[in-house]
Amino acid sequence: MHETASVDAQPQKVVEVESVVIRFAGDSGDGMQLTGTQFTDSAAFLGNDIATLPDYPSEIRAPAGTVAGVSAFQLHFASLDVKTPGDEIDVLIAMNAAALKVNLADLHKGGILLVDLEGFGEKDLEKAGYKANPLEDGTLGDYRVIKVNITDLTTKAVAEAGISSKNAARCKNFYTLGMMYWLYDRSCDATLTWIEKKFAAKAPDIAKANVLALTAGYNYCETVELFPSNFRVTKAPAAPGTYRRISGNEATALGLIAAGQLSGRETFLGSYPITPATDILQEMTVNKQFDIRTFQAEDEIAGIASAIGASFAGSFAVTTTSGPGLCLKAEAINLALMAELPVVIVNVQRGGPSTGLPTKTEQSDLLQALSGRNGDSPVPVIAASTPGDCFWAALEAAKVALESMTPVILLTDGYIANGAEPWLIPDASKLPTIKTRLHTDPATFKPYLRDERGARPWAIPGTPGLEHRIGGLEKQSVTGNVSHDADNHQVMTHERHDKVAKIADVTPLTRIEGDADADLVLVSWGGTYGSVSSAVDALLEEGTKVAHIHLRWINPLPKDLGEVLARYKKIVVPELNMGQLRQHLMGQLGLPMVGINKIKGKPFKVSELLTEIHAFLKEAR
Amino acid sequence: MIAENPVTTPVYTRKDFQSDQQVKWCPGCGDYSILAALQTVLPKIGVKKENIAVISGIGCSSRFPYYMDTFGFHTIHGRACAVATGVKAANPELSVWVITGDGDALSIGGNHTMHAMRRNIDIKIMMFNNEIYGLTKGQFSPTSDLGLKTKTSPMGNIDIPANPIALALGSGATFVARTADNDVKHLTSVLEAAAAHRGTAFVEILQNCVIFNDKVHDDFYSTANRKEKVIYLEDGKPMTYAGGTKAIVQSGFGTLSTAEIAEGEEGKALVHNAAESTGSLAYALSRFTHPEMPVPLGIFRRVEAPVYSDMMDAQIASAKEKRKPDLQKLLSGGVTWKVD
Repeated sequence: MHETASVDAQPQKVVEVESVVIRFAGDSGDGMQLTGTQFTDSAAFLGNDIATLPDYPSEIRAPAGTVAGVSAFQLHFASLDVKTPGDEIDVLIAMNAAALKVNLADLHKGGILLVDLEGFGEKDLEKAGYKANPLEDGTLGDYRVIKVNITDLTTKAVAEAGISSKNAARCKNFYTLGMMYWLYDRSCDATLTWIEKKFAAKAPDIAKANVLALTAGYNYCETVELFPSNFRVTKAPAAPGTYRRISGNEATALGLIAAGQLSGRETFLGSYPITPATDILQEMTVNKQFDIRTFQAEDEIAGIASAIGASFAGSFAVTTTSGPGLCLKAEAINLALMAELPVVIVNVQRGGPSTGLPTKTEQSDLLQALSGRNGDSPVPVIAASTPGDCFWAALEAAKVALESMTPVILLTDGYIANGAEPWLIPDASKLPTIKTRLHTDPATFKPYLRDERGARPWAIPGTPGLEHRIGGLEKQSVTGNVSHDADNHQVMTHERHDKVAKIADVTPLTRIEGDADADLVLVSWGGTYGSVSSAVDALLEEGTKVAHIHLRWINPLPKDLGEVLARYKKIVVPELNMGQLRQHLMGQLGLPMVGINKIKGKPFKVSELLTEIHAFLKEAR
Repeated sequence: MIAENPVTTPVYTRKDFQSDQQVKWCPGCGDYSILAALQTVLPKIGVKKENIAVISGIGCSSRFPYYMDTFGFHTIHGRACAVATGVKAANPELSVWVITGDGDALSIGGNHTMHAMRRNIDIKIMMFNNEIYGLTKGQFSPTSDLGLKTKTSPMGNIDIPANPIALALGSGATFVARTADNDVKHLTSVLEAAAAHRGTAFVEILQNCVIFNDKVHDDFYSTANRKEKVIYLEDGKPMTYAGGTKAIVQSGFGTLSTAEIAEGEEGKALVHNAAESTGSLAYALSRFTHPEMPVPLGIFRRVEAPVYSDMMDAQIASAKEKRKPDLQKLLSGGVTWKVD
């Protein structure tokens, strides 16, 4: 927390701060995700810039009170431009001992630690693996520890709602939220409205209890001098317009829905539930009014196979998945490639290999996306950089798929999929157009006759005179008939390759951020944009020259990338994997590169990047 | 009363459904007669040619779409039902035919076959059963008999064979039938009935692989043997065979057996009813396998049930009634704030 101004005119001391990182942590049944989301909405509503990071276990309800069951929600809100959910946290709310154990390491020295004393009983300490009570043994001496009997106070506050004692205790998350609203000088109104809307009709007693808890928490802080001051974070500068909060998965779904509308085709989504991609299927299925046909398939293969069938029949077709699902879809992606049918494959990456870390983030499916299939199999690959960018990346993936008649893989990751940020709502009438390759004239129809983009016509069943056969066997150029001819296979392999290469004609050239004249350039891709870009900002601020290139299309690469990168003395590729982009770029461009590689299921901290980059700069000198 | 729209489907002949590609199955393969049968049936079903899609998986039979002058898609091994599900969902107007084999549908694609049937996707599945992997040159398949010696079972097959009809019934298929490549009249009539059914139609077609499993079905289905060893199932008719000298009778709880009957004793035979609601008659008949029992050919089960694409269409219509497809409103959803 960076304090800038001091005392306000009000009787209570209000300190103005630029930026705050707050983490709500508790048992997975404690409602921490909800509390975090509510605080985020109120921050966004006040005009703060925000970035969020939910962190939850893959078990739905791991044994209560254990470290395995700790669920956390981190929010970075500021009066400055925010690009990451923050490295270190300023305020940690720990609803039990396990939550403290898991999260304390990230709280900076001098930070505020709010604990619910009821979560630190003998059993809680034992379950968390504490031998002595950390609240009493002096280990928390570096922090501003605030101990409150939150559960007890909540139960008393909601007594008049007349709900069971179990339900009463569950309102403690709203009590805590009320306390935080006071601490950051913001009103409870938005959450009160939300409670009213969510519970009033269905469960008026629960609504009443939550209102009582929220208000009591707020009033408690106002009455009891728990904190020496409260804080104010003012509006962040932002481009004019109307904003909303959006998560990456929401943005992906909206991008796909928009693409369907822009293409003039119905949309089909074939998908099998998988963490952390399922939200996209859920979001699309509640928007059927846009002629969206969602099919929850029997498995990952049927998810994409049905999408390919729908594409054959003339729909804008999509399948969504995460790493293990992408493995299963590999053969079908090649069918779409051979049949030259448009399909968007969304892969929300998670920690791998195998089942790996389902709820944690990673960027380790890049090589699989680029080449995890039999044969020479060029598939366009695009990666989204932030939660809001998922919308634009999904739209672009769809546009390329439909205009070049090809499967396209869109890579996002668990971090940006579940993370959220403010999003400038686009004007629907100004979105890019999508021109499909729909063909209707039998006189000029040849199934594999290509246009200037290298795309074949989209001749869909129901069109008289266009009856034709396609499939996974090698095709004869132009006619599309089955062909085992040796020369033709070479021709077709080149045609498929060239079609993908030509996409670079319509995608942007390399964009350099930071100081283009630096000796060192950072090359990143996907969800690490926020961390790498923040590191670059920090370096520039301290007077260190560094350039930054963030890749969006990884296949094909920007046409001028090799030429641009060759100008730099040192090329550093930070990635959340063992160096997959680096390996790809070195192979494609033949330039030496070094990597910064983190494989912990977590995003880069800006400080980690700074340490590594400084080391490279020192080496270079 | 409003008159029905006149049928605008052109008059087709078999030739209209023959593509310009040379048919490349082995001479004498059972697939030829099945191809001819479908090309004979399609002109009669009242569907425009451009509205027919033939989808196949991998295997000898799956080359079928190339020989049909319709929209065709030769997909990947085992996935024909899943691809066809997407085709039908995307455009419910289409008449969608799945061409598959015993390996494609029951082994690698078992999951998709089962789920297409239980969802009652309105597709017609023609499963060619020759009890062998032909395209890979002769390995045992999921329907091969116990003891069958093949390249991968030199000491005899130890896999207990799958029963396609029982699987289809267990999966809830609403139309389940068996026919044979060597009985054109029967084959044609079953395919016509499948075309007329709304919902998944599963048709097992006993087919002969002349190279790797020749005469596999001959013991019961050859012209000489079928009279004694095949029962033709006909709705509403007593189940008799062997020239009316033998009949299917009920024997105890849920089981059927055969009995010799004298002339005029047809009344002892059980009457076939493909619409029997529990499906237990069809299931009991599915357990009749050669050589212990006569083999039933015909329609085991034909019932009505909600069709997947109808329900999907209804949900979209209902969603549109409730909410206009307003993209700007969708993009702007939730809590918003303005920055000046």
